[in-house]
Amino acid sequence: MSFDWIVRIVEENWQMFLRGAGLTLFIALVGTIVGAVIGLLAGVLRTIPTPRNIAQRLLLKTVNFLCTVYIEVFRGTPMIVQAMVIFYGSALAFNLNLDVLVAALIVVSINTGAYMAEIVRGGIMSIDKGQFEAADAIGMNHMQKMVNVILPQAIRNILPATGNQFVINIKDTSVLNVISVSELYFVTKSVAGNNFRYFESFFVACVLYFVMTFTVTRILLYVEKKMNGSKSYKIIAARSERGELGK
Amino acid sequence: MTKVIDIQNVNKSYGANEVLKDIRFSVHHGEVVSIIGSSGSGKSTLLRCINLLEIPSGGQIYYRGQNILDGNHHIPSYRTKLGMVFQQFNLFENHNVLSNCVVGQVKVLKRSKEEAEQVARKYLKVVGMESYVHAKPKQLSGGQKQRVAIARALSMEPDVMLFDEPTSALDPEMVGEVLKVMKELAETGLTMLIVTHEMDFAREVSDRVVFMDKGVIAEEGTPEQIFNHPQQERTKEFLKRTLANHGRI
Repeated sequence: MSFDWIVRIVEENWQMFLRGAGLTLFIALVGTIVGAVIGLLAGVLRTIPTPRNIAQRLLLKTVNFLCTVYIEVFRGTPMIVQAMVIFYGSALAFNLNLDVLVAALIVVSINTGAYMAEIVRGGIMSIDKGQFEAADAIGMNHMQKMVNVILPQAIRNILPATGNQFVINIKDTSVLNVISVSELYFVTKSVAGNNFRYFESFFVACVLYFVMTFTVTRILLYVEKKMNGSKSYKIIAARSERGELGK
Repeated sequence: MTKVIDIQNVNKSYGANEVLKDIRFSVHHGEVVSIIGSSGSGKSTLLRCINLLEIPSGGQIYYRGQNILDGNHHIPSYRTKLGMVFQQFNLFENHNVLSNCVVGQVKVLKRSKEEAEQVARKYLKVVGMESYVHAKPKQLSGGQKQRVAIARALSMEPDVMLFDEPTSALDPEMVGEVLKVMKELAETGLTMLIVTHEMDFAREVSDRVVFMDKGVIAEEGTPEQIFNHPQQERTKEFLKRTLANHGRI
């Protein structure tokens, strides 16, 4: 019976499964956070208005070009291939023996960063032009404007897309088994290799993946709600005869 | 009287479309100047060129004798001298009323948070919005938003206030509350440059009225001169049109 096998597999290997799931979650989390930071930086860089100074303009153009190359290359190639190239390439090119976990974190972060850069750019573009102009008019420079006015609003807008990216990362870390990172898929493969019960073993993995992604989406929904803030506010003095205007 | 803003031969074109043609114009300290004219006459563009939200295609802008466009000028610090009020309010959506008036002071003018809040509350009181400090912009009516926007600009304690059609996006019943605040400000001796379609208001508060047509200043003078004795044919035409519409309401 399959069901008995599932129970047995869980009983015998639960520690390995949990460790695999933990590593998967860790790689996905770090990858998403670092990727988001890369994306924010790239997004801010790519929205700097064209300076009037020629040297600065040239510098900005070069930086923008490099950003574009990075985004196109990492969006345009599969992560499974990137993992192989970075892991074996770093050994070959720099004589560097990367720890597989470090290689995994680098691959997922850089890959996510490429997607996040575009998501952030979209988020910044979605903000009303008037917000930029009001910040300009009050004398803010590009960085002050981004940090105090534009990004807080853009981040709220890109939160669903970022959550999406996190969920994708939880699932896509499975490709890292090609460089022998002992994440959930890799662990499951070795469990199944021992007991030859492929369906049952991978069914367990399936449940674990789903529990992780589902939990993450629920948490993100909650965060989104929190960020929307309370709809009501208090009027301080009894100046208004209408009293509280809270909806 | 010192010239706070002095504009010389300013041009602005978008491709082949010339929006401003050789504008010469100045605002003196303590003066209230209204710019009137039909839509597309270039009056908003002129205002936006003054604080460089639009970069002029040619010409010079002097702020208290300093050439702003010579390339050595730090544009953000120049902009802190000019308070801008937009047609669409443009309050920072992620900040509440108080914070809208504080953030610029703290980040740009480097004032302490305590001082900035004190200043912000002072100007929120001027515009009658001091009880709404905790409200978010989207919870306010148009008129309230515009009054907060005025307080935000005033909190930077600018040299000149620029108003870009401040009542054009408001429901008719809210126009009055904003104009009242502006009138009170004008009476304090603040230097103000107002682009407006409110003819009665322009006539009442202005020291000088500028009529723009097709990218040039067609006529300027005291409200009395412009509204009662216009010299130019196109000024007469414009006033006839707008005042006729006004009467119909």
